Amino acid sequence: MKWGSNTWVGGALVAVAISAAILAPWIALTDPVMDANLMNAELPPSWQFPFGTDAQGRDIYSRIVYGARISLTVGIVSQICNSLIGVTLGLTAGYWGGWWDDLVSGTTNLMLAIPSLVFALAIMAILGPGLVSLVIALGITSWSYSCRIARAQVLSLKSQGYIQAARILGYGDLRIMFTQVLPNILGPLIVIATLGMGGAILAEAALSFLGLGIRPPFPSWGSMLSEARDQIRAAPWLSVFPGLAIFFTVLGLNLLGDGLRDILDPQSTTRRA
Amino acid sequence: MAEPLLKLDDLAVHFTVGGALRGGTKILKAVDGVSLDVNPGECLGLVGESGCGKSTLALAIMGLIPPTHGGIALNGRAISGRDRMATARTVQMVFQDPYASLNPRQTVRRTLADPLRLHGVTDRSEVDQRVMDMMAKVGLRPDHADRYPHEFSGGQRQRIGIARALILQPKLVICDEPVSALDVSIRAQIINLLLDLKDEMGLSYIMISHDLGVVEHVSDRVAVMYLGRIVEQGGWQEIFEDPRHPYTRALIAAIPDPFHLVAASATAKARGEIASALNPPPGCHFNPRCPMKAERCVSEVPALEAVAAGHRAACHFRDRVG
Amino acid sequence: MSTPLLAVDDLHIALAGDKTTYGAVEHVSFEIGRGEAFGLVGESGCGKSITALAIMGLLRRPLSLGGGRIVLDGQEIQDSPAAEMRRLRGKRIAMIFQEPMTALNPLSPVGRQIAEMFVLHEGTSWNEAMDRAEEALRQVRVPSPERRIRDYPHQLSGGMRQRVMIAIALACGPELLIADEPTTALDVTVQAEIIDLMAELCAAKGTAILMISHDLGLVANMCRRVAVMYAGRIVESQVAGAIFATPRHPYTRGLVDSLPRLGERSRRGQQRLREISGVVPSIAAYPSGCRFNPRCPAVTDICRSTAPEITALPADGLVRCHHHG
Repeated sequence: MKWGSNTWVGGALVAVAISAAILAPWIALTDPVMDANLMNAELPPSWQFPFGTDAQGRDIYSRIVYGARISLTVGIVSQICNSLIGVTLGLTAGYWGGWWDDLVSGTTNLMLAIPSLVFALAIMAILGPGLVSLVIALGITSWSYSCRIARAQVLSLKSQGYIQAARILGYGDLRIMFTQVLPNILGPLIVIATLGMGGAILAEAALSFLGLGIRPPFPSWGSMLSEARDQIRAAPWLSVFPGLAIFFTVLGLNLLGDGLRDILDPQSTTRRA
Repeated sequence: MAEPLLKLDDLAVHFTVGGALRGGTKILKAVDGVSLDVNPGECLGLVGESGCGKSTLALAIMGLIPPTHGGIALNGRAISGRDRMATARTVQMVFQDPYASLNPRQTVRRTLADPLRLHGVTDRSEVDQRVMDMMAKVGLRPDHADRYPHEFSGGQRQRIGIARALILQPKLVICDEPVSALDVSIRAQIINLLLDLKDEMGLSYIMISHDLGVVEHVSDRVAVMYLGRIVEQGGWQEIFEDPRHPYTRALIAAIPDPFHLVAASATAKARGEIASALNPPPGCHFNPRCPMKAERCVSEVPALEAVAAGHRAACHFRDRVG
Repeated sequence: MSTPLLAVDDLHIALAGDKTTYGAVEHVSFEIGRGEAFGLVGESGCGKSITALAIMGLLRRPLSLGGGRIVLDGQEIQDSPAAEMRRLRGKRIAMIFQEPMTALNPLSPVGRQIAEMFVLHEGTSWNEAMDRAEEALRQVRVPSPERRIRDYPHQLSGGMRQRVMIAIALACGPELLIADEPTTALDVTVQAEIIDLMAELCAAKGTAILMISHDLGLVANMCRRVAVMYAGRIVESQVAGAIFATPRHPYTRGLVDSLPRLGERSRRGQQRLREISGVVPSIAAYPSGCRFNPRCPAVTDICRSTAPEITALPADGLVRCHHHG
C-alpha cells in the first residue's frame, strides 16, 4: 500500500483544519462574535490582528478559526447524511432490482438533473437560514453520486461466487448486503465521501454568500465572504483569508480523496502469476 | 429401496427474455422438463456443454431460482423458498472459480465460522473446533485460518470453498465444475479430496462438468443434458462404454484420445454449432447436428425411455446407436 | 537435413519486477520443420505463451528478450527492427488466441477484418479483398459466408469467431501458425471441429503449426512432436506417442498419470487418481536446482542444488532431469 504524496499533503491540510476547529477556543485570539470594536474596523493584518479586522472590528483570524467549526460540521455531517442515504438506496436498488431499483434509479436521475445547489436553495428558502437547516438542506440533496456508484458496484459484485455462496448458506438479504457486499465496495464510496465534504463546504460558502446560510454575526467562511463583498478592492484581507481557508480545506479533502482511492483500489484478489 | 435424497419431478425453469421493444418476448426454456433422482451416498454426474441448463438446474435445486413448474423434493419434503436455513443445512455448492467465490475481505476463519454462528452454534469453542476440524479435513494448516484469500493459490482457495460448503454438514453437495479453473497438475488432488470427503462424511454429490474424464472417475450415475433436457442417463460404465444417444457419442468422440482408450468413431462427431436455447430446433433438439438424423427426429420429441435396466436414452434410434 | 522452418535456440525471457528481474523463460530450444505440427504443453505461468510472443516479436515491458536466437527459415529475427517484424507478422507467421471476442475488433464486420489482411500484405483492392474474404470464410466452413462477411463479432458464436480468427490468420498463407490455447474457451464438441479444421487447412497449405495448450491429450493427438514446459523451462520433448507411452520426466509422468482420462477408471479399476503433490511455484519463488524438485517423487539431493542439463533421447527427443528414464 503506497501512501502517495497526495494522501500526505491532503491529510495534513485536513488535519490542520480539523485541529483549528477543535482547538478554536484556545488558539483564537478573541471571541469571534462579541469582541467587536468599531474603533478597529477594517484594519489590515498586523501583529495584533494577524489577518486584519472586519467591518465590525472583529479579528478575522479568530473568526476563521471558529468558522472552521461551522464549515467542517456542515461538510462532514451533511456528507455523512448523504452517504447514508445514497449508499442504502444504491445498495438495496442494485441488490434487489425490480420495481425498487426502477424507483430509486428514476429518482436518482431526477436528482442529478437538478443542480443540487438550486435544490438546497429551495429547501433553505422553506426552512429559513441557520446551521441546522443548512445541514439538512445539503444533507438530503447530494446523495445521487454515492447512490449511483454503490448501485453500479453492487451490480458488478452480485454475480461473484461468494455472494451466491452466502445466499446458499442461508444468509438473509440484508445481512449479505451489509456484511458481504458493503465492505467490498467501500473504496470508491469513501473517496466520494471525502470529495463530497469539499463540495458541501463550497456549497455552504455559496449559500451563506447568498445570505441564506449562516447569518451574521456568527462566523462561517461563506458569510465572511458575503460580508466582504463590497470591500474586495479596498480591504482585500476581508475576503482573501476566508477564501484561502475554503480553498485549502477543500483542496486537502480532494487530495485526500484521491490518495484514498489509490490506497483502497488495488485491493482485490490478485491472481497468481 | 430407500427414499432418494433428491427427487426432481418434471422440473422446468423458463425465463422470459426481451420485451415489447426488442421484437417481442421470448421464452428461454433453460430447464425443460427434467426428472432425476439422487440417492444417499451417490454421486450423480451431470454432463453438458454451454446452454444445456446444468447451472440453472443447480441454482433451482439450491432454491435460488424458483421453478416454473415441476417439483423438487429433498428427503421426501418439497423445497420451498421460505425455509432457506433448512435448505442450507441440507444442500450446498462448490463453485467453479476459486478466485471469485471467496469474500476477499474475510479471513478463512471468518468465512467458515460465520455460517456456523448464523445457524445457531453459539459456543465459541465449538465453533473454533469445527472450523479447525474442517480445515484439517480439506488439507489446510491451522495457521492458514487467519489469512486472506489472496494469500492462497487457486487449489488452496478451492479447498477453502469446499470447506465452506461442508461446514454445515450438508447431505448433498453440488459441485459446479470444481476443477476446470485449476492448474492441471493439481486437479487430481482436488478430485481425490472430493472422493475422500464423500466417503468420510457420507455425502451425495451432483458433479457438474463438461470434462468427461472427471465425470467418469467421480460418478456412480451419469445424466447427459442438452438444451434443457436430459438426453441420456444411466450408470457410469454404461454411459461411457455403451452410449445410446448420438449426443453422448459425439461428446465422447470429441475428446482427443491419443491412446485409443475409448472405442469411438469419427462418424460419431457432432456437426455445426450448439443451437441457442432461445430458439431450439423442433422435435429432438439435437437433430441439426446429429449424424443419424431422420424425418421423425424433427417432428417428434423422443421420450427418455429405457434401453436396459437403469439406462435410458431419449433417441428414436436408441436401440440402434452404437 | 533441411533447415527447419523455425529454430528457437537457448531463448531467455526476462520479467522486470519491482526490485529484481526474474527469468520467466530460460534455456528454451526447439525446432519446427516445414509443415510440421509441434506442440508446447504446460500450465499457466510456465512461459509457453510468452515464448510465442517472443517469436512474434511482441514482447513488451515488463517482459524483454534476455538472450538466445530465433531463426526463421535460416534468418535470425530476434533483433529485427519493428518495421520488419510487422511485415513478418500475418504474412509469414500468424497467431490465433484463446479468446476470439477480445482478439477481433468488435466494431468492424468480420469480412472486413479478413479483407484487411489482403489489402495490407498483398496490396489487393478492397473489392477483390472482400471476395477473397468470402472465399476464406467458406474454407473455414462458416455456413452462408456471403451473409456472414457483414456480421460483427458479437453476432457470431464462439466457435464461429474462432473460425474467423483462423481465416484471418491463414489468409496470406503464412509459413507458421501459432495457436495459443485456441479451443480452451470453446465447448467440447466445437473444440473437436476447430482442431480438425486447423489440422486440415494447415496440412493442405503446408503451414507449420505451433500448438500451445495445457491439454496434453489434445496436443498429443494433433502434433507430431510435443515439448513440455514447467516453470519457464522445457523439461521434456518427444514424439507425441512417446510422451504418453513412455514419459521420461517425472512431471510429464505425473501429469499423464494424474489426468482423469476417459476409460481409465475401468482400466485401472479404481476411482482415485494419482496426484502430483504441491503447487506450481510462482515466478518470484522458483526453487533452486531443478524447479520441479519440491513436488518430485524421485527427488534426491542433487536435484535441490543443481539445475539439470539436457539429455538427448532417441528420435530427436530430450529430457531435463538428473534421473531421467
